[in-house]
Amino acid sequence: MIGDTPAPSPTYAVEGHGLVKAFGDFRAVDGIDIAVPAGSIYGILGPNGAGKTTLLRTLLGIIDPDDGHRTLLGDPVPIRQARAIGYLPEERGLYPSMKAAEAIAFMGALRGLPLKVGRQRARALLTDHGMGASIDKPIRQLSKGMAQTVQLFGTIVHDPRLIVLDEPFSGLDAINQGKLEALIREQARRGVTVLFSTHVIAHAERLCERIAIVAGGRIRFEGSVADARDQLRPQVRLRTRASDGAWRRALPAETLAQDGAWHFDLPDEGIEPLLHALLEGQAGIESLSIERPGLHDAFVAIAGAAAAREMDGGKAEEAAS
Amino acid sequence: MTEILRAALVIARRDFSAVILSKTFILFLLGPLFPVVIGMAFGGLGEKITTEGLRPTVGVAMPAADAARMERAHRLLVDRLGKENLPRLRRAPAGDPRALLAQSDARFLAVVSGTVEHPVLTGKAGDLGWLEGDIGLIASAALAGERLPHVRVEKRPVAASAGADAQSRLLTGRAAQILIFLLTMLLAGMVLSNLVEEKTNKIIEILAAAVPIDAVFLGKLMAMLAMSFVGICFWGSGVFVALMAFAGPNMMPPTPAVGWPVFLLLGTIYFSTAYTLLGSLFLGIGAQAATVREVQTLNMPVTMAQMVIFFFATYAVDHMGSPSEIAAAVFPFSSPFVMIARAAQDTAIWPHLVAIVWQAVWVALIIRLGVWLFRRHVLKSGGARSRGLFRRRSAPAA
Repeated sequence: MIGDTPAPSPTYAVEGHGLVKAFGDFRAVDGIDIAVPAGSIYGILGPNGAGKTTLLRTLLGIIDPDDGHRTLLGDPVPIRQARAIGYLPEERGLYPSMKAAEAIAFMGALRGLPLKVGRQRARALLTDHGMGASIDKPIRQLSKGMAQTVQLFGTIVHDPRLIVLDEPFSGLDAINQGKLEALIREQARRGVTVLFSTHVIAHAERLCERIAIVAGGRIRFEGSVADARDQLRPQVRLRTRASDGAWRRALPAETLAQDGAWHFDLPDEGIEPLLHALLEGQAGIESLSIERPGLHDAFVAIAGAAAAREMDGGKAEEAAS
Repeated sequence: MTEILRAALVIARRDFSAVILSKTFILFLLGPLFPVVIGMAFGGLGEKITTEGLRPTVGVAMPAADAARMERAHRLLVDRLGKENLPRLRRAPAGDPRALLAQSDARFLAVVSGTVEHPVLTGKAGDLGWLEGDIGLIASAALAGERLPHVRVEKRPVAASAGADAQSRLLTGRAAQILIFLLTMLLAGMVLSNLVEEKTNKIIEILAAAVPIDAVFLGKLMAMLAMSFVGICFWGSGVFVALMAFAGPNMMPPTPAVGWPVFLLLGTIYFSTAYTLLGSLFLGIGAQAATVREVQTLNMPVTMAQMVIFFFATYAVDHMGSPSEIAAAVFPFSSPFVMIARAAQDTAIWPHLVAIVWQAVWVALIIRLGVWLFRRHVLKSGGARSRGLFRRRSAPAA
């Protein structure tokens, strides 16, 4: 029976193994394995059309996979855990004629929260977040950002153990994005697992403990943000007074000259041998910095490489046919 | 099941409030007043058109004495049979009847010429067939003239007559059948577009993630049924008050075989099952439509299908106990209409209990089918490996 099943406490709040979902010939999810640790903030990153939304919908049980299996809060039948889950879909949807507090209470009621309690919590949530004046306003009279906030409150009003947010930051201004980040952190502090998808890397970098980078329906990377950044070598930026000399031979072959500086990956043997050569060759070091790549660079490199591989694969198939 | 009902009630409550509290609901309630007002305004004229305008006129092109005898006989018969049962007679100038019929201003359907002893009727073959008897009767009465006897009939009223009761109950059954059909046709069609709001506003995604789709379908049906009952109570009260005020308690139709309380209860149940049977089908069909335009296009074939079902049920009522009546009672969509007519004519209760369970099973089956189609074609769930119609949602694929 849905909702009456005792909620287990698994190590992973969400698990998927060998998930496949195709629409005609197009495989939107193409053999994905995923495990979201309970109590973590987990980000699914990917470019547009990577398959993030289909993956989330499959994990939530909105659609069934063509192959593979999933568990949600340890349950292989996701709808049975509906009362413990909050979901904010990518395409926001509210009844335009419903009042803000009523809409939040309705979304809670769908997931088993008594309407009376839902109304009280809705009023409190709206008041606490500076939207007290909108409590009795119909959704159609609210701004897009406010309506989105109402929907977000509807997602958490029943105190779920797992919150799934699909592109939650899209359509929000910078201030509201900041508020949403704070809200996600607050939920995580209370032990709630937060799984969200985004194509804006900065949010994932600030919030997530673990991420999965999805491209072409497959997971191209899974691990911590630090691990993702470690996928790329640190970047060295060197500015010298001399423009040429014997020291130039010590620079790696792929070095680029750009904006009056030398740019190259940190060599395997470290920076010391290079420094030695620069000093001996009297290059005249004006500045030297070693920068760890950001998640953005890692994402572009991983997702871009995947896209390139897909394109190469497509070309190879074309050539073969 | 409990959870599906709980979720269905949440959705039903939302839908019901949204409809009842909207301004358009007042129009919905007042809607049936329009035909009543128009009927009252044009009723008299309509009756005049029916009784006068549609009665054919036969030209009498006989010698004057014969024509006068025919007219006297016509008046005599009209007094006894009523004018609506005989064609009108109008004198026509003597001459060729074919030429008279060809005149555009004469407006005769046929012309009777010759003599009273030997009348000749000229007209189109189809009209001659049904005018022949009337003109023959008038000519016979004209021949009898003053000798036509007027036999007085002695009337002996009785309190009960099995034949009259059967006829009255058939009438009650028919009336109930028509009422349930009209209400179902007027109200169930609205369900067709019921999921469009959720689909256009993207709310369906939230619903699909939170509750089983069965609950969404069931909740919508419950809301629309409840709204229909509000309308029926409103209109029913209006009709009852009007009847009591203008016609008095004698206007009550003949008592049905099962008695009024049970008949009214069965009527309510059969309206609910007819509504939910058609409603669940319409909801399933409408859920496949992506836009309001598609729903509008679906309206006409759906209405035609309803008409066919109703004609089937109506035909079956006149043949109680016949294979066609049993078939109509078994066929789920015509079953409520047939069974309410049966309740008016037959005292047995057990067939109704069986029919109600049977109809409820079909409601559940149609909802399940609608949900399965919705998940498959709208949510694009399942795919390469088709999920069974009754397989539990989201069971592991591997």
